[in-house]
Amino acid sequence: MPRHLRRWGPPLLLIAPSLILLAVFVYGLIAVNAKTSATDMHTAAQTTGRAPVHGVGLKNYFDLLGSEAFQHSLRNLVIYTVVFLGGTMLFGFLWAWLLDRPVRFEGWFRSIYLFPMAISFVASGVVWRWLLNSNQGESASGLNRLFQMVGLPFLQNNWWNNVDYGIAAIAIPAIWQMSGYVMALFLAGFRGIPEELREAARIDGASEWKLYRHVIFPQLSPVALSAVIIVGHMSLKAFDLIMSISKPANYQTKVPAIDMYVFKSSFNYANAAAVGVILLVIVAILVVPYLVHTTRTEKKS
Amino acid sequence: MTATVEQLGSITGQPRPQDRVPGRGRYALGRTAKYAVLLFFLLVVLIPVYVLFVTSFKGAGDASPTRAWNLPQSWTTENWTAAWDALAPAIWRTVQMVVPAAIISSLLGSMNGFVLAKWRFRGADLVFTLILFGMFIPYQAVMIPLLQLVLNAGIPSGIPSLILLHVIYGIPITTLIFRNYYLSVPNELLEAARVDGAGMMRTYASVVLPISIPAFVVVLIWQFTSAWNDFLFAVFFSSSRNGPVTLALNNLANGALLTNYGVSMAGALLASLPTLLVYVLLGKYFIGGLMSGSVKG
Repeated sequence: MPRHLRRWGPPLLLIAPSLILLAVFVYGLIAVNAKTSATDMHTAAQTTGRAPVHGVGLKNYFDLLGSEAFQHSLRNLVIYTVVFLGGTMLFGFLWAWLLDRPVRFEGWFRSIYLFPMAISFVASGVVWRWLLNSNQGESASGLNRLFQMVGLPFLQNNWWNNVDYGIAAIAIPAIWQMSGYVMALFLAGFRGIPEELREAARIDGASEWKLYRHVIFPQLSPVALSAVIIVGHMSLKAFDLIMSISKPANYQTKVPAIDMYVFKSSFNYANAAAVGVILLVIVAILVVPYLVHTTRTEKKS
Repeated sequence: MTATVEQLGSITGQPRPQDRVPGRGRYALGRTAKYAVLLFFLLVVLIPVYVLFVTSFKGAGDASPTRAWNLPQSWTTENWTAAWDALAPAIWRTVQMVVPAAIISSLLGSMNGFVLAKWRFRGADLVFTLILFGMFIPYQAVMIPLLQLVLNAGIPSGIPSLILLHVIYGIPITTLIFRNYYLSVPNELLEAARVDGAGMMRTYASVVLPISIPAFVVVLIWQFTSAWNDFLFAVFFSSSRNGPVTLALNNLANGALLTNYGVSMAGALLASLPTLLVYVLLGKYFIGGLMSGSVKG
């Protein structure tokens, strides 16, 4: 018995506090939240226990998913994610590709491309709200004014005030902040490709395109996957930028995380919890296969 | 997920040697085009910085949209004074929040990382994956019961609650970074300690901790930055009277009916200075956090 204790005791002692905290604050609370989402806790009186709460099964989910307002949020989330992911992957890859080969002042380029990541979404929202001002013509400021000044007045538009695609404008500052991160990932990927591989391909007479198609891209795919997962899960949780640029009451830029906040603010805890579960399911579909996959490949190596 | 601090050498280090490219002329042209593209993107990335900086020094006389992109007619620091008055208490509160949050979650992460890297037990992978999943969950999925739990436990709203939350929800990422770091520590080192009769705790305290400094720097910076920039927990667990700087900044910028952009932008710069300073001074370690937070080996 003491031998068991000697072997199991110390490691357990080190790791137990964290495991207990995570078991309670992640998995325990997910369970409680799921339970709340299956109740009729829609009023302030119920949240403080002054009125009874009843189970309603999946009714809140059906109501939410059936409502046009929430469908609009989900549609916005898809648009936002496509634009955000597409933009960061495009610029991140392009910058890394440009910087991979010897470039003078490489450190400067890299540092400046990456710096927006050190800033909070709230702070960047302050300046982007100004840049994405929807005024045009005489009263234009922000980017619309800049477009006039550089002779591209046709590019002016009403940004996040656009009824159908306003949410895509919110993705622009997100791309500004996260492209440098994707660049850093890709750059590490490029530099991780052994020079011999490129040489071997060249000696075999591979064209530049074939070199990329058959050597470089396959080598970069794990990095690309990481980037998609990281940016993708950030995108699905989009909240700060929208709060700071267009405010939560704005219909055309709302997403599930904003709905959740609005429901919570009006003490509609059941609906807030249901939105939380829906977001969790969406993120889990993206992340769980990735986590399982990485643990497996790591085990093999 | 095994990228670690030392792998960063690959992006912070030297670029690969020059490749042989046929056709010198085309090459020179291509190189000019490359620098032009790089410089163009550099300017685009810096546009918001220019706007922030210039607008924060503009007075009421520069309010006209026709002068939106111009330099101030007369430079004034009144926006900065106003922003400082509005944000200073919140900045101080944020310091009181991020320092303990970063230190405690780093220590926990180090202990977990050590156990998970060096102590193989059945189900270790599952435990690690379950911990990691905590990094990705949308906090919306725990927020409602979390609010009730924190309230019922009597933890004061504002900074104390936020410290607790940043510590707990910081555990997955700190564990990940430390685990990957400790995987690179040779087992012989630990064996030697064991032969000398040191138990696991002694080994951890006297052998492992002293060589963990680089990982601690990375993790502390990472936790400092994410706690400083957090807005989600701030909105749910604090108010403008007791909340951190992101919340105060958002109130400053969006609270009034008509935004005073001069003051807001001075405020945005003020609120970003600490993390920007860390980025400029300790950029290598900052990138370290980025990489280890994501890359798999």
